[in-house]
Amino acid sequence: MGRILLICRLALRDLRRRPGEAALLLLATTAATATLTIALALNGVTGQPFQSTRAATAGPDVVASLAWPGQSEDPADLAGLEALASAPGVAAHSGPYPYTQAVVEANGVTVRAWTQGRGAEAAAVDQPALVEGGWVADGGAVLEASFAQAIGVDAGDAITLGGRSFRVAGVAVTAAADPYPKVCLAPCWFGVGAESRAENGPPRTRPRPERGPPSGPPEEPSFWIGQGGLVWVTEADARGLATRPGSLAYVMNLKLTDPAAAPAFVRAHMPEAESMLFPVAWQDILYGHARVAEWKQTALLGGSWMLGLLALASIAVLVGGRMADQLRRVGLLKAVGGTPGLVAAVLLAQHLAVALVAAAAGLLAGRLVAPLLAEPGIGLIGRADPGPLTLPVAGLVTALALGVAGVATFLPAVRAARTSTVRALADLPRPPRRAGWLIAVSARLPVPLLLGLRWAARRPRRAVLGVAAIAVTVTGIVAALATDARRYAEKAPGDDPRTALGQVLSLVVVMLVAQAVVNAVCVIWAATLEARRSSALARALGATPGQISAGLSAAQVLPALGGALLGIAGGIGLAEILDDDPVAVPPLWQLLAVVLGCVVVIAGLTAVPARLNARRPAGEALRTEPA
Amino acid sequence: MPSESLSSLGPALRTHGLRMRYGQGTGLVNALDGVELEVARGETLAVMGPSGSGKSTLLHLLGGLERPSEGEVWLAGRRIDGLGEKALARLRRQAVGFVFQAFHLMDELTAEENVELPALLAGMSPRAARRRAGELLDRVGLAGRAGHLPSALSGGERQRVAVARALSNEPLVVLADEPTGNLDSAATADVLRLLDSLRETGQTLVIVTHDARVAAIADRLISMRDGSFVEETRLTRGGGRLSELAGLEG
Ligand SMILES: Nc1ncnc2c1ncn2[C@@H]1O[C@H](COP(=O)(O)OP(=O)(O)OP(=O)(O)O)[C@@H](O)[C@H]1O
Ligand SMILES: [Mg+2]
Repeated sequence: MGRILLICRLALRDLRRRPGEAALLLLATTAATATLTIALALNGVTGQPFQSTRAATAGPDVVASLAWPGQSEDPADLAGLEALASAPGVAAHSGPYPYTQAVVEANGVTVRAWTQGRGAEAAAVDQPALVEGGWVADGGAVLEASFAQAIGVDAGDAITLGGRSFRVAGVAVTAAADPYPKVCLAPCWFGVGAESRAENGPPRTRPRPERGPPSGPPEEPSFWIGQGGLVWVTEADARGLATRPGSLAYVMNLKLTDPAAAPAFVRAHMPEAESMLFPVAWQDILYGHARVAEWKQTALLGGSWMLGLLALASIAVLVGGRMADQLRRVGLLKAVGGTPGLVAAVLLAQHLAVALVAAAAGLLAGRLVAPLLAEPGIGLIGRADPGPLTLPVAGLVTALALGVAGVATFLPAVRAARTSTVRALADLPRPPRRAGWLIAVSARLPVPLLLGLRWAARRPRRAVLGVAAIAVTVTGIVAALATDARRYAEKAPGDDPRTALGQVLSLVVVMLVAQAVVNAVCVIWAATLEARRSSALARALGATPGQISAGLSAAQVLPALGGALLGIAGGIGLAEILDDDPVAVPPLWQLLAVVLGCVVVIAGLTAVPARLNARRPAGEALRTEPA
Repeated sequence: MPSESLSSLGPALRTHGLRMRYGQGTGLVNALDGVELEVARGETLAVMGPSGSGKSTLLHLLGGLERPSEGEVWLAGRRIDGLGEKALARLRRQAVGFVFQAFHLMDELTAEENVELPALLAGMSPRAARRRAGELLDRVGLAGRAGHLPSALSGGERQRVAVARALSNEPLVVLADEPTGNLDSAATADVLRLLDSLRETGQTLVIVTHDARVAAIADRLISMRDGSFVEETRLTRGGGRLSELAGLEG
């Protein structure tokens, strides 16, 4: 007991001796824990609103749609579709309802919409729930909510649908379709209408036609493949909007006795090639809704791991930078009878204490921010509530903080504890690594580069940590840019709901940059401290303060440049891994801006201590310290 | 020899009313208190005095490593106490070589890389700097140790490397702060012999020391106490001195 008290007292005193450093540690770790808290809080957030929407709309378990029945231009032959209604396991159905594709014009936005014909009476399965206005009437259309929001229309507005004037009778939500712009009924296939992902949920299998659509001249296809919204009109209007018999298709909504068996049902009824029957399970539709939230979560989870790595690098640098100073204290402690274990424990206790505070601060901050990022899924009803802070989340976040602090401290602590007392008291710096080739090469360079390269090479591990930290940061930024570039490359007309991801990406990037700055400050602090004597010596030997400042900056900027270039490759690679679609490489100017930004920020951060260092009289540092 | 911009006439070093204060209030320390000094070209001056008497401070002011609180410092006929850091750095490059008690070698550089560093900082070509380093190491008797790291050298050898480094740019003056303070007597004798040979070639030397044997090679000896000169002795050159040195080794 007394021993633990002693450790705590020593640790606390040590922390108080260096408040700035403790603050840096706290900041670095808190950024990581806060981001992880947010990411974990967003987990499964969309599930609830989708389920309530499903309940409120008698959501289907399987949606089956059929285009070009019988591969002919004849009016639909619905036998194949209708047969599904009496298939084993089907409890109820609605439809078949006719649908076609029509161009919607509203508020200057032009976009295609799947236009479904519905009766006036409520359907047994998939009766869209009105959130505004009334149900369909001749000349009155009801828009799916995410679609209405994206093109900015409300009940009562006038729109053009397939070249005719319609009144917006109402706005409704449904659990039978993905949100805008991913609505997809037959004909709809891989890579165009929607994404599919093997790891998450059952893959969406889409019939791939062997040949092109059978009807219409090439310049005017019956159906366009791609992004679109969902609109309900009366059956008569739907049929009227179909320009040709071949552009009319049918959809049927099925309720199964066992909703969980929907994917199996879909697999069992997947048609042969050639047929344009397209069944989809509700789990797939949930996945479509969850995707926006899932993107956010992936971004946040990836971000928090990167922030954790950066925190690890910061702490390792701080601890390493303190070694010289720490070694003397270790010597003192040991000289007065402290055991190596005690010495290690004091070091560990300090950093674990900071980590615990950081975990608490991160949990609190994350808890406050999460609801802001978890707005209800668009096109669903019910609020998305991140839910209360659970014990596992708190545990995981605390474990991350403690783990990072522990890993970063453990090795130096053990090394410090093992150092011989005499050596520690003599305060001998660790023998530096020597990179002969670099010394030879640098002799040919201008003085600032000569000094900078040699300083960077004196502590290769720290240089590597600096490179790694910048590389991780730039990886995150470039991955975010790549994701963003893709989002905009395929941005749907109107306010694409997926642009909400932009907020999260910005948040992650801002956190990464903040964390990288903290890391850079740690690295620069340690490097400047260590270079004090050798920079004073260089001045005694005739280097000007300007050359010293430039050299100290170069020692940081060169690794940063390397890290930034690595990070660009890493970022594009990461985007490739996280995203199943081919990544869009961000524009060159963005990549250049990232690299330049890194260099400028690091040079700027280094300039201050380097200048302060150069302004102090050189004699001071050379007075007493033994070599 | 030093560049044309430095006058080749008059004393190498001169100070007038030199004062240096550290701290303020009750913590005020008068490290130097009105020092008047003149060092002729080619002269070897020894400065002795108890710890804290201001010897290192004087040396730092003479070499422009620190700036005085008051008074004048003249180096090679040029007043340097008001110069900016950059001008001081240039001046040090041309005119001053430092030797420290703690050697202050860069421990990741070999002997020869340490010695060539000032020449590289002064813009000499790498090849010329390397050649000059070789000559200097030869001169201090360490030609065979050029590729060794400081950690592989004895104390005396390290200090001889430091002396060679101080000579790298053919400075007007070499300022040595307790060059034998960290050495045993055999190593002290090596370094002394080296300093003496410098004196014989006409190198201007200012040596701060606790050690009477070191002071004995000087032309003139100044004793300091509490920041002021208290005694000045002109030493006569006698045949006895070198034999005295030889006696150190016995
Ligand atoms: N940076 C400083 N701040 C405050 N006081 C200082 C500083 N540097 C030196 N002093 C004080 O100035 C006085 C002279 O110091 P200096 O180092 O010149 O003495 P010294 O004669 O070289 O001593 P030693 O023989 O121990 O090396 C001392 O009292 C010292 O404490
Ligand atoms: Mg001294």
